[in-house]
Amino acid sequence: MSVMGLFFVFIATVAVMWLVRQGVLESPWLEEGEVAHYRRAGRAAEPPTAGRVGLAVFLAVAGCLFSLLAAAFFMRGDAPDWQMPPIPGVLWVNTFLLAASSAALQIAVFAARRADAERVKTALLVGAVTAALFLIGQIWAWRELLELRFFASSNAANAFFYLLTGVHALHLIGGLVALARTTDKVRGAERVTKALTTRVELCAIYWHFLLFVWLLMFAMLIGWADGFGAICRRLLS
Amino acid sequence: MTDASVPQNVAPPPAEVPDVDLYHAHSWITKYVFSQDAKVIAIQYAGTAITVGILALVLSWVIRLQLAFPGAIPFIDANVYYQSVTMHGMIMVVYMLTAIFLGGFGNYLIPLMVGARDMVFPYVNMLSYWVYLIATLVLVSSYFFPGGPTGAGWTLYPPQSILTGTPGHEYGIILMLVSLILFIVGFTMGGLNYVVTVLQARTRGMTLMRMPLTVWGIFAAAVMALLAFPGLFVACLMLLLDRTLGTSFFMPSLVELGERKDYVGGSPILFQHLFWFFGHPEVYIVALPAFGIVSDLISVHARKNIFGYKMMVWAIIAIGVLSMVVWGHHMYISGMDPWFGFFFAVTTLAIAVPTALKVYNWVLTLWHADIHFTTPMLFALGFLVTFVNGGITGLYLGNVIVDVPLSATLFVVAHFHMVMGIAPVLVIFGAIYHWYPKITGRMMDERLGKIHFWITFLGAYAIFFPMHYLGVLGMPRRFYEMGETAFVPASAATLNIVITVIALAVGFAQSIFFYNLFKSLKYGAPAGGNPWRAASLEWQTPETPPGHGNWGQQLPVVYRWPYAYSVPGAPEDYLPQNAPPMRGEHSP
Repeated sequence: MSVMGLFFVFIATVAVMWLVRQGVLESPWLEEGEVAHYRRAGRAAEPPTAGRVGLAVFLAVAGCLFSLLAAAFFMRGDAPDWQMPPIPGVLWVNTFLLAASSAALQIAVFAARRADAERVKTALLVGAVTAALFLIGQIWAWRELLELRFFASSNAANAFFYLLTGVHALHLIGGLVALARTTDKVRGAERVTKALTTRVELCAIYWHFLLFVWLLMFAMLIGWADGFGAICRRLLS
Repeated sequence: MTDASVPQNVAPPPAEVPDVDLYHAHSWITKYVFSQDAKVIAIQYAGTAITVGILALVLSWVIRLQLAFPGAIPFIDANVYYQSVTMHGMIMVVYMLTAIFLGGFGNYLIPLMVGARDMVFPYVNMLSYWVYLIATLVLVSSYFFPGGPTGAGWTLYPPQSILTGTPGHEYGIILMLVSLILFIVGFTMGGLNYVVTVLQARTRGMTLMRMPLTVWGIFAAAVMALLAFPGLFVACLMLLLDRTLGTSFFMPSLVELGERKDYVGGSPILFQHLFWFFGHPEVYIVALPAFGIVSDLISVHARKNIFGYKMMVWAIIAIGVLSMVVWGHHMYISGMDPWFGFFFAVTTLAIAVPTALKVYNWVLTLWHADIHFTTPMLFALGFLVTFVNGGITGLYLGNVIVDVPLSATLFVVAHFHMVMGIAPVLVIFGAIYHWYPKITGRMMDERLGKIHFWITFLGAYAIFFPMHYLGVLGMPRRFYEMGETAFVPASAATLNIVITVIALAVGFAQSIFFYNLFKSLKYGAPAGGNPWRAASLEWQTPETPPGHGNWGQQLPVVYRWPYAYSVPGAPEDYLPQNAPPMRGEHSP
């Protein structure tokens, strides 16, 4: 659960800093003098859109989910029966694909800010195709493991492999739905509006998050995080 | 203090919040069934929650009947008893309390109290309710499957919860887990809405420190729920895989009925960690909205500003943060490292500090106040008493050494029913009596309300207070039958009968409330817009009940906090949040 603890400390720090910036520590009714400026702890010049805040909150929830899965992974990984399956080579290709997808969406964001509609369309399409290829690659990896008879029921490590990649893939599929709707909007639009740019930005942020999660997850699966897991367990036992 | 010559500049509101395009319903179905209006969704949520709540109440009678008259009622066998215990607990905690506070009161009050037209994502909000309804139906449907619902206890601890000895191991447990997963998905949609609405849709002048404590409580609870429910989600998902695919996340190697199962090396303790990572915050997910609502009820009906508003807000936040790191106190007897237990005992007892601070502030708000003993006020006071009572037994149980002998006895049952059963339910009743005039435009009957209060309050005390004593005697919880037990005196059986009789009576007495609820819908006295002369924003809507979009043409502008009661020099004894500032006024 140390993973969860770290994540929680991060969230709590962000929340408390934000609250202080919002002025929860101040007592405006006790302050003397010009009242007009006491609301400096108001909003920024341009407040973030509801979509952006909504996505941020959702990422906190999803981050929580993945941290808990990681915590469970490390705790269960302590048992003597734990035997990690061999890691299919295709996962390296997949990692590259997801990184490419994330980069493509970032290019789309830059293009949208320059109102370059053609470029946005191409970049979104590249992003979607590489993400879809990543998903196909993940299925490929599953098949490879299943053919080698590494079943979910035969060892908890195998089960964790399928669970982690599966939950991550489901998040990506959800993202693809959002991406499809954004692409559809961009295709229908004559020019890149501010609302469209925001949509593209939201997709890109979500993609970067999923890439980040995948990289950590991949490190866990190939055993680079074993040392970290050992530290976590020592903290709690 | 203030330059009296420029009253219009007092507390200038910050930047304008852009008005939103509202969704407009075109047919009866989209207006009242698949509605995207938070107020309709709120009533749907509350209605569903209360309906399953009644089912859970009836199940508690089954439990009580068995405990008082073991074996006397033919249809209550051990299976039915365990299924009732499980379903009663799970429904009350998750499907009733969480849903009604966040889905019901959250949906109704957040937009109105912060001056928004609706939630920021109305469509997602609608989906949230329907997913919740499906989750509830899936859960209840387990009664109609062979084997019935699961009897694993509401904590669903593996390995026992998915083994054949437990009732409902074929379908019941699967349906329970699927239902919980659905509930969490639905709740996440709603929770996103509550949080983002508070962050984004506050009207002009509504700074965070001008929000009513109800909104603070619901907001903090929603944040906590968003962070805590993934724990239950992961636990349910993995347990479901253990049950259906035969994985060994939680299931150790074991022999069942002489047959060796295929499970290897799983860790039941891991499940407990995940479950209680959700389970303890859940207590405060229920309690924080109750704290907030009670603060508002006390302030309005005592005609006095809440004492120490800022402290109240910080206490809510502190409780929220601390409650995420105390889950281990539910696992003292799981064989954990003593240092680990020490850590959890410290954090657990530390929560008493902000909680006590809140209790003091409520009491100090009442001190020298113009207390109106209306039904909502009575329920708020009832909450104070039960909550303090339940909180103090919590201090006993938070200590490892005291907890070990008391664990899994009726003392624990009495403790958590006082603190997170009766106390929040009293708040729910108080809140319904308080906001019913806004929701329907009519008052509820005060006389019936007071009868309802005294029966519920005294009755609940009579049920749960003696249970502490039974617990200290060592009477275990969850036992179907005690049989001949040396350390339990015969008088305990008599006490059990008394408790059961009172429980049945109090349960039936709730029909007074429902009669009042439905009768007042038609025959209640017209309430007008603001019958309690309350200052917060939801009472200042142009229409009562508030129309679609809440605020007519113009969003309200807020000039002060919601607790401007008994303001010196004001025309009435309160100043609404959106009334233009008085000359020389310096409200928060």
